[in-house]
Amino acid sequence: MTLTARDVAEITRLLEESSFDELELEIDGLKIHLRRNGDIPRFLAKGDRPQTQVASPEDSGARLIAAPPGIPPANPRAPIDPHLTPVSAPLLGTFYRAPKPGAPPFVEVGASVEPETVIGIIEVMKLMNAVRAGARGVVREIRARDGTLVEYGETLLLIDARESR
Amino acid sequence: MSIRRILVANRGEIAARIVRTCRKLDIETVLAASEADRDSLPARLATRTVCIGPAHPTASYLKPELQVQAALGTGCDAIHPGYGFLSERAAFARLCEQHGVTFIGPTADQLAIAGDKLAARAAAQAVDVPLAPGGEAPSRDVARELAMRIGMPLLVKAAGGGGGRGMKLIERAEDLDGALELAAAEAGAAFGDARVYLERFVTRARHVEVQVLGDGAGNIVHLGERDCSVQRRYQKIIEETPAPGIPDTLRSRLHDAALRFAARLRYRGAGTVEFLVDVERDEFYFLEMNARIQVEHPVTEAVSGVDIVAAQVAIASGGGLRLVRGEAWRDGCAIECRINAEDPARDFAPSPGTVRSVRWPDGEGIRVDTHIESGARVPPYYDSLLGKIIAHGRDRAQALARLRAAIAVTRIEGIATNLALHAEILADPEFMAGGVDTGYLARVLGKRPARVAVAQHG
Repeated sequence: MTLTARDVAEITRLLEESSFDELELEIDGLKIHLRRNGDIPRFLAKGDRPQTQVASPEDSGARLIAAPPGIPPANPRAPIDPHLTPVSAPLLGTFYRAPKPGAPPFVEVGASVEPETVIGIIEVMKLMNAVRAGARGVVREIRARDGTLVEYGETLLLIDARESR
Repeated sequence: MSIRRILVANRGEIAARIVRTCRKLDIETVLAASEADRDSLPARLATRTVCIGPAHPTASYLKPELQVQAALGTGCDAIHPGYGFLSERAAFARLCEQHGVTFIGPTADQLAIAGDKLAARAAAQAVDVPLAPGGEAPSRDVARELAMRIGMPLLVKAAGGGGGRGMKLIERAEDLDGALELAAAEAGAAFGDARVYLERFVTRARHVEVQVLGDGAGNIVHLGERDCSVQRRYQKIIEETPAPGIPDTLRSRLHDAALRFAARLRYRGAGTVEFLVDVERDEFYFLEMNARIQVEHPVTEAVSGVDIVAAQVAIASGGGLRLVRGEAWRDGCAIECRINAEDPARDFAPSPGTVRSVRWPDGEGIRVDTHIESGARVPPYYDSLLGKIIAHGRDRAQALARLRAAIAVTRIEGIATNLALHAEILADPEFMAGGVDTGYLARVLGKRPARVAVAQHG
C-alpha cells in the first residue's frame, strides 16, 4: 500500500476536525506523526538522510514530520501480535547483532532460540552486555538495527513461542 | 564551538525549563528520561526523548555512563545536567569531556573543590571570605579542643555533604563524641567520605546567596543575591531577590566575597555562593558553593533580565560573558514559592499520585516553571517539587501582592500540596515585614495547634 499526498491531506483534515491533538500512524514501515499546533524542530542526525519524507500540505494548521531518520522506530508500545513475545533491551546502549563487525549475526529471522540464547550485544561505554532471548521459540522479526542506539525497554526482536521445536 | 544538540540529563520542571530556552536558541534537545517520565511534559517538549532506564534514579538518572552513551548515540554535542542527580559529580563532568561531549557546567576540578566542603572552606579562607569558626575533626581529641574554642551550640558537618545533608546539631559538649562517631559513619555510607568538620551554629541568621557567572578565564560577574531564609529542615521553600532589609554596604560586601571566591576557582558557568548573614552583628559567613543552576534561579532572572540557562550554554560554547553584559537590569523585586507534593498536615510527608486537575496562575509579573499538567503522574522516586510560582513587581509589596493573588487562584487536585502553607506565610505579618531568619518557618509551624490523628484511633 502506498500513501499519496492526497491521503496525507485527508488524514490531516481528519485530525483537525477531531478532538485529538496528536496522531501516530504506521503503515508498511512508513510512519507519520501529526501534531496539532505542533512546534517540533527538525531532528536530523549528522550525515543521515531522511528515509521518508512527506510534504506538509499547505494551508494546514498541523505540521507533518517524517519519522526522524537515523533513529530506530523506537516505540516499545508499538502494537505487537499477542502470539509473539518481545525481547526488550535490558538497558540503553548501542545494539549489535553480531559478536564483531563482519561476523554473522547471532540470530536471523527463522532461527530457533532458547531462553539462554544470546541474540545480540548492547554496548554501554565500551562495556559489552550480552542480551539473551529469555524465551523459547522462533525469531519472527528483528526490529532493532545493528549499530544503533536502543532505549531501555525497546523491543529488539519478536519471538513466536508457538513454533518452538 | 557551537552547540547544536543538548542532552538534558534531568527531569521535572528544570528539564522543561532547559528545553524551553534551547528552543529559543534553536538548539535541539534530547531528553534522557526514566521509564516513569516517558510521558512527562518535558518528554513532549524535547525534540526527542530516549528512555535511559527504570524509574529508580540509581538505575537511570544517576548513571553517568548511560547519560554519556545516550548523548553519543543521539549525536548530542553537550549535556545539561540541571540540578541534583549528576550535576555536581566531578567524575561525570570528566566522563563527558573524555568522550568529547561538552559538560554544561564547571570543570571537574572546580566541582571537586566545591563538593569538598573542607576544600571549599580553604579556598574561601585564601581570599579572605569570612568563615564560621570551625575546622576538620579528624580525631576525638582535635574535635574536643576545637569544640572548646568554637563553643556551643555547634554543627557536625560532612565534608562530602552540603545542602543541609549530613548535618548534626550539638548543644551540649558531652554529646560531641557520640555525634562525631555517628556523623562519620553516616557520611561514609552516604557520601563515600567519612571526613567530618565542626562549625559554629549561628542561631539567628539569614540564608543569603549570590548568583555568579564565570567564563572560566577568570572573569566573574554577579547577578545579585537571593534571600532563601524560609526553610524547613534546611529545605528552602520561598526565595526572593533582593534580600530585604540588608544595608547596602553589607550587600556589596556579600557580592564582593562571592566574586572573590568564584575568581579564586577561575569558575566556569553558573554557580551560587551561599552565606549565613547575621544582620544585627553586620557579619556573614561562607556556607558553600553550589556549582550548578539552582531551583530558585528564576527570581534572579526576573530582576536581572538574564536567561541563566542561555548564559550557561553561551559560556559552554566558549562565548564567555558577552551575552550577560549586554542585558539590561529590569530591577524591582521577585519572590518565588516552591509548590511541593507534600502534606503539611502529615508532617510534610511526600504525596505522590496522579494530579487529577491543575490550574496554574498567570497574569502580569507571574511566571510558572512546572512540568505538571492535569493528569500528570507524580512518581514516588523523585523529589516532590511540582512547580515554582514566581512573581515580579516594581517593589516587594507589589511582588508580594501578585504572588498572594497567584497562589490564591492556583488549584491542584488529586494530591496533597503545600499551597495553603504558602498562602499562610505570604499573609503573615512577620514575613510581610521582610527579613525573617532561617528559624522562622519552624516557629510558624510550632505555633499551630497540634493536630489530633483521629484516624489512628478510629
